[in-house]
Amino acid sequence: MGEPILSIQDLSVHFFKDKSVVQAVNHLNLQLGVGETLGLVGETGAGKTTTAMSIMNLIPNPPGKIVGGKIMFDGEDVLKKSKRELRKMRGHDISMIFQDPMTSLNPVLTVGDQIAEVIRLHSQVSRAEASIKAQEMLEMVGISGERYGDYPHQFSGGMKQRVVIAIALACNPRLLIADEPTTALDVTIQAQVLEMIADLKHKLNTAMILITHDLGVVAQVCDKVAIMYAGEIVEYGDLSDIYEHASHPYTQGLFGSIPDLDKDTDRLNPIAGLMPDPTNLPKGCSFSPRCPHCTEACKTQDPELREISPGHTVKCLMFQNQEE
Amino acid sequence: MIRYILKRIVALIPVLLGVSFIIFSLLYFTPGNPAEYMLGMDATEENIQALEEELGLNDPFLVRYFNYIKDIVTKFDFGKSYTTKQSVTIEIMDRIPATLTLAVLSVAFATIVGVVAGVIAAVKQYSIFDKLATVIALTGVSMPNFWTGLMLIIIFAVNLKVLPPSGFDTPLHWILPTLTVGMASSATIMRQTRSAMLEVIRQDYITTARAKGQKEIVIVFRHALRNALIPIITVVGISFGTMLGGAILAESIFSIPGIGKLMVDAINVKNYPMVQGGVLFIAFAFSVVNLLVDILYAFVDPRIKSQYKNSRKKKAPAALVGAKRGDSQKEA
Repeated sequence: MGEPILSIQDLSVHFFKDKSVVQAVNHLNLQLGVGETLGLVGETGAGKTTTAMSIMNLIPNPPGKIVGGKIMFDGEDVLKKSKRELRKMRGHDISMIFQDPMTSLNPVLTVGDQIAEVIRLHSQVSRAEASIKAQEMLEMVGISGERYGDYPHQFSGGMKQRVVIAIALACNPRLLIADEPTTALDVTIQAQVLEMIADLKHKLNTAMILITHDLGVVAQVCDKVAIMYAGEIVEYGDLSDIYEHASHPYTQGLFGSIPDLDKDTDRLNPIAGLMPDPTNLPKGCSFSPRCPHCTEACKTQDPELREISPGHTVKCLMFQNQEE
Repeated sequence: MIRYILKRIVALIPVLLGVSFIIFSLLYFTPGNPAEYMLGMDATEENIQALEEELGLNDPFLVRYFNYIKDIVTKFDFGKSYTTKQSVTIEIMDRIPATLTLAVLSVAFATIVGVVAGVIAAVKQYSIFDKLATVIALTGVSMPNFWTGLMLIIIFAVNLKVLPPSGFDTPLHWILPTLTVGMASSATIMRQTRSAMLEVIRQDYITTARAKGQKEIVIVFRHALRNALIPIITVVGISFGTMLGGAILAESIFSIPGIGKLMVDAINVKNYPMVQGGVLFIAFAFSVVNLLVDILYAFVDPRIKSQYKNSRKKKAPAALVGAKRGDSQKEA
């Protein structure tokens, strides 16, 4: 992998609500190399977006708070940066594509101005130069530069997402975080947008974290995959590790729940049970209440991440015990 | 856009006709005889009847209404005041400068104070400032105008002797009435601004702006406030329209020659033409302010502008604006 561009160590993020504490992210570790694409997969509420927001140090406080850990980006801890340094980093070094293009553009500003804004913030250019660059960005994502002066409500959903992508890529960031960039789009548009992201990423040699709950998308775009469950990474590896040697029971469950075209079944095959209540996580392994292989030890002992083959780690007692 | 404005101006005609008919009927049905008021206690029956005949008070209701409207349409004549024998138009024109000055000053004061305090309260939600602003706003809404006015006179005119207690001649005279009227509406505007801003600050596009690395102050004013402006403009417009009808209490306390005072005096002596003319003026002023507010919406929000442009029927923007207005009234 070489020197990682991003390294998250022991990150914990909690949300404080009235009397309860939502443990959104718990002791999360993650590494990402230059130019690499990581798929962050997990069901709704697993803490994927919270992790992404933490990387930009954008957790809304209150109620959220990063209670522990380090996020090293390019050798510096994001969590220790001053407001000024953070502003310099956001949009320039790290940028983000948000989940819902319908709401992530400001309705009262023209799309051109919204792209030019980020350019002017991070490079010393005049207003005119910034708008020329913004038009180029529009062209790059496949929208005519003439539409610079149009407002978001004059665009379709897919085009809005292209504008959001143009904003995110306008300053050639070294890390792009795409938070379910295609969830709100039609399937046909999804493919276009994904292809475009992958293409631009390749052109600009940007590292990327792709957050999704769609394993098909991951297979199409990513080099590495991290499976998240209840605020933890339960399995991490490259594409073939995860897709061919899925080891954690949760990952196996995820693949098991994908319907098979060749088999004639009437019912889907979901993972039994529900995500644990994040205000009251199970004591041992957080997946133990739903795990088909659960033992007594799983209910009391929280497993550690273990490397089962080079670059492939799993957080499950089954593998921990094998070694011992 | 111009087409839309023209349409709205044409729509004013039925509104004003309706208002004139309602006020005319109300005055017709209220007890009391203007001729008796004009001639005083010791007038003879003959004198009263003669005056009634002269004023046309003996004609049937519909004939009187028709004549009134006919004079307005053909001669732009709103009749003569019973008390001063002056043309109603001139009487009202005389009072407009004072009323307009007071309205503009107090709305400007209320808007500046209300918006600034509201924005800070929303951005620093639950902070000391937020709580303080909420308490002060509540006090502002709860204090009756006449009481605030009297207190201000006692403090600044009687005890400190820095400002004149009454009159409306110099800018110094304007300060206390402006404060009196402005304080109450600044509280309303502050609360509206706070709630609108709180909603906008939670939107995704604000996170987008933060993720761009934009400064917080720019986010608040460029990204958030503009989106929160619609309900704020609505409240400001309503305050301004109301004040154009005269601030009766403040005008009485500070002896300001404004529309409110004129109207109250006219109602007391059954001065029919004066009351009718005044009410029509107030209705007209309110409608114009409303139209201005709707036009302002278009400049603030491009979505509303394109609706004005595209739709041949003005149904769509009216529905949208109506909804927003409904929100703001709920808040207020």
